[in-house]
Amino acid sequence: MNQTADIAARRVQLRSFMRQYAGIFLSLVILCVIFSFANPRFMSVANLTNILQQVSVIAIAAFGMTWVILLGEIDLSIGSIIAVAGMVGAQVIGLGWGFVPALLLTLGSGALMGLINGALTAKLLLPSFIVTVATMSIYRGLVSLPTNGAPEMIMDPSWTAIGGESFLGIPIIIWIVFVLFVANHILLSRTTFGRRTYLTGGNREAALYSGINVDRIKMIVFMISGTMAAVSGVLLSSRLYSAQTNAGLSYELDAIAAAVLGGTSLAGGVGTMIGTLLGALIIGALNNGMNMLSVPYFYQLIVKGLVIIIAVYLDVRSKQRRA
Amino acid sequence: MAQNDSDIVLTLSGVCKSFGPVQALKSMDLTVRSGRVHTLLGENGAGKSTLMKILSGIYPATGGSIELAGKPYAPQTPLEAAENGLAIVFQELSLCNNLTVAENILAMREPSRAGFISDRKLFQTAEALVRDLGLPIDVRARVIDLSMAQRQLVEIAKGLSHDARIVILDEPTSSLTGAESEILFQIIGRLTREGKAVIYISHRMEEIMRLSDDITVMRDGEYVTTVERGDATVEQLIALMVGRQMNEIYPPRESEAPGEAVAPVLVAEGLSRPGEFEDVSFTVRPGEILGFFGLVGSGRSEVMNALFGMTAAEGRVVLDGKAVTISSPAEAIGHGMAFLTENRGEQGLVRSHSLRANVTMAALQDFTTRGGFLKSRKETTEAQQAIERLAIRANSIETRAGTLSGGNQQKVVVAKWLATNPRVLILDEPTRGVDVGAKFEIYRIIRRLAAQGTAIVMVSSEMPEILGMSDRVVIMSEGRVGATKESAGLTPERVMAYATGQHK
Repeated sequence: MNQTADIAARRVQLRSFMRQYAGIFLSLVILCVIFSFANPRFMSVANLTNILQQVSVIAIAAFGMTWVILLGEIDLSIGSIIAVAGMVGAQVIGLGWGFVPALLLTLGSGALMGLINGALTAKLLLPSFIVTVATMSIYRGLVSLPTNGAPEMIMDPSWTAIGGESFLGIPIIIWIVFVLFVANHILLSRTTFGRRTYLTGGNREAALYSGINVDRIKMIVFMISGTMAAVSGVLLSSRLYSAQTNAGLSYELDAIAAAVLGGTSLAGGVGTMIGTLLGALIIGALNNGMNMLSVPYFYQLIVKGLVIIIAVYLDVRSKQRRA
Repeated sequence: MAQNDSDIVLTLSGVCKSFGPVQALKSMDLTVRSGRVHTLLGENGAGKSTLMKILSGIYPATGGSIELAGKPYAPQTPLEAAENGLAIVFQELSLCNNLTVAENILAMREPSRAGFISDRKLFQTAEALVRDLGLPIDVRARVIDLSMAQRQLVEIAKGLSHDARIVILDEPTSSLTGAESEILFQIIGRLTREGKAVIYISHRMEEIMRLSDDITVMRDGEYVTTVERGDATVEQLIALMVGRQMNEIYPPRESEAPGEAVAPVLVAEGLSRPGEFEDVSFTVRPGEILGFFGLVGSGRSEVMNALFGMTAAEGRVVLDGKAVTISSPAEAIGHGMAFLTENRGEQGLVRSHSLRANVTMAALQDFTTRGGFLKSRKETTEAQQAIERLAIRANSIETRAGTLSGGNQQKVVVAKWLATNPRVLILDEPTRGVDVGAKFEIYRIIRRLAAQGTAIVMVSSEMPEILGMSDRVVIMSEGRVGATKESAGLTPERVMAYATGQHK
């Protein structure tokens, strides 16, 4: 009895999974088909690897953003955190402390900046939109403090290896995206903390009455977002061999777009890491495909905006029809 | 007193209103005369508000006829009602908090030229109006800076700023203090002297006996009778108001009510929260069902919110003989308390999530491995057992909670709290918005829990439910405990008398 119910439950889960991602998956396939007709090299292994590498920074930042949006909040400061993280890494390496301390301090700085966002939102009851618009500006300003606005070169071989080397024939950067995807997915879907995040985003008041410590969840979630942005900062600075003061500019918008394309509801409570990964891939495929076709940058911006509107509209409509 | 019919301004005959299968108003008759105060008297849910909403054009009647000054009257919008000379002051405030008093009073009728509002004229007009009514309000103040009582006065000024033939006041004094009520009563006196008709809704018997010329009693959406003030006593009116048969059926007791000898599991002493409730004390024993009755606004839910740590209150709470401080729901749950809130949509259920996630929501600690992972199988078992035990009708435990019917949603919320194995279960309006069948099942669950030794506090504004289910009843009146009585031998009339502050 219990076992058949278990199987039935799993079948329901599978079916809802298919329905949930059909729209977004179809969008991705259509894009790939269009681009490979326009340029057969698009679907080559080399180019697909290239897309994954290009999208890695956005994808990881979007994993963090997904947590925040699931709570019904927003984090606009992650572009700035990406830049601060790169600069922290570059400075610590410059001090000669070595790779591991540099990495830990970089990730720690991301967690701290996220915690500040979370604490201001949870404890001072300020809207996260306002808080992170403000910290976006503050963190962006902090980047330039050590170098007066100049970029800082990074020569550490371990640091630059992250963006340049491969492991088992696959670029390290893709391994990192994969590991963080799995980690975030498990944390969100298999742990009590993930469940509490969903419930709080779904109905904050009901969560409060059910004894869930809503403030603590909020602070942890913003810390996750900050930490993920710091990882993105490490990847970006590693690929650029330097920390740039304008690194990650407006990346928060791409991260939001990836999460929303993946079916994450801005109202909170609904969304998955798988959806966000697919959303990030769509953005990556679009950027890469249009670059290969030599579409001018300003047209790329227009097309990207239109694709986001169409894809989200299709997704919302298909979900409405089901409901 | 002989009356001719020339002063009749409003006549209702056989007016009814149904929402789907629910009959909120069945065959209502009413005759309102100019220059008189006509009070509508009835319990919560008797249909008074529905009637007012029909008159004010918020929704149409489904049957019957209304005549206003001899002409058929069926307003489609509130604006149409206003144009026909009806001014309505609602109990729920409808003010824009960020605007000034003047802007609110003259909303939609701002003195303007070519679309530009003349602030000078706006404040002058509003000022004149407020002074005329004798209200102590600064028209330049923003509404958000006013007290609740002052906001109610602004609402009244707004309603009276239309030149009305009929003024409807829906519980206008519920948030007013004595002095402000006096101002209102003087205004009412002046309105009737000017020949206007006033329809007055209130639960406070003193006010009613002082102000009314005519009193119409409603019960269960039906017209009962109309009397002139001098022709009935308070006791008679209360009897008319509650005088229904106890025709609802309640499941039989599964255990004896615990006697005086059983030590209470929860003792609340002198709970107070300024503006909400004062000096509220009660005890509940294991296995006991303690009813909490009171009219809307009497502070019942506020007491429970404070008890559960959602809001701060003064006073002492003793659980199992130990004094405890509870400053959050998490702590309350930790002490073995559970609180089914009045508003299941907003405070109980996560509609976008599965039945499974909702059921374990308040007890997630018990479904967590040491590494922080969710015990998925245990959760599945719990959710399936909940479906069976509470007879929840759902396709599977993965069904989204928001897609269930009202009664089944309520059972999911009940299941959520049962998963915490509470020793004290607080139920606030457990059967609101629930159909008759599910109601009976919820009553049976409550009985069974009591038989298993759970202490139950059941807040309700449904008299039959209170008398049919409780062992003892706490009756609240205007933020205080009016009386605590054994339910055996308690009549609806006596409960209502305590609730309206007639028995002291």
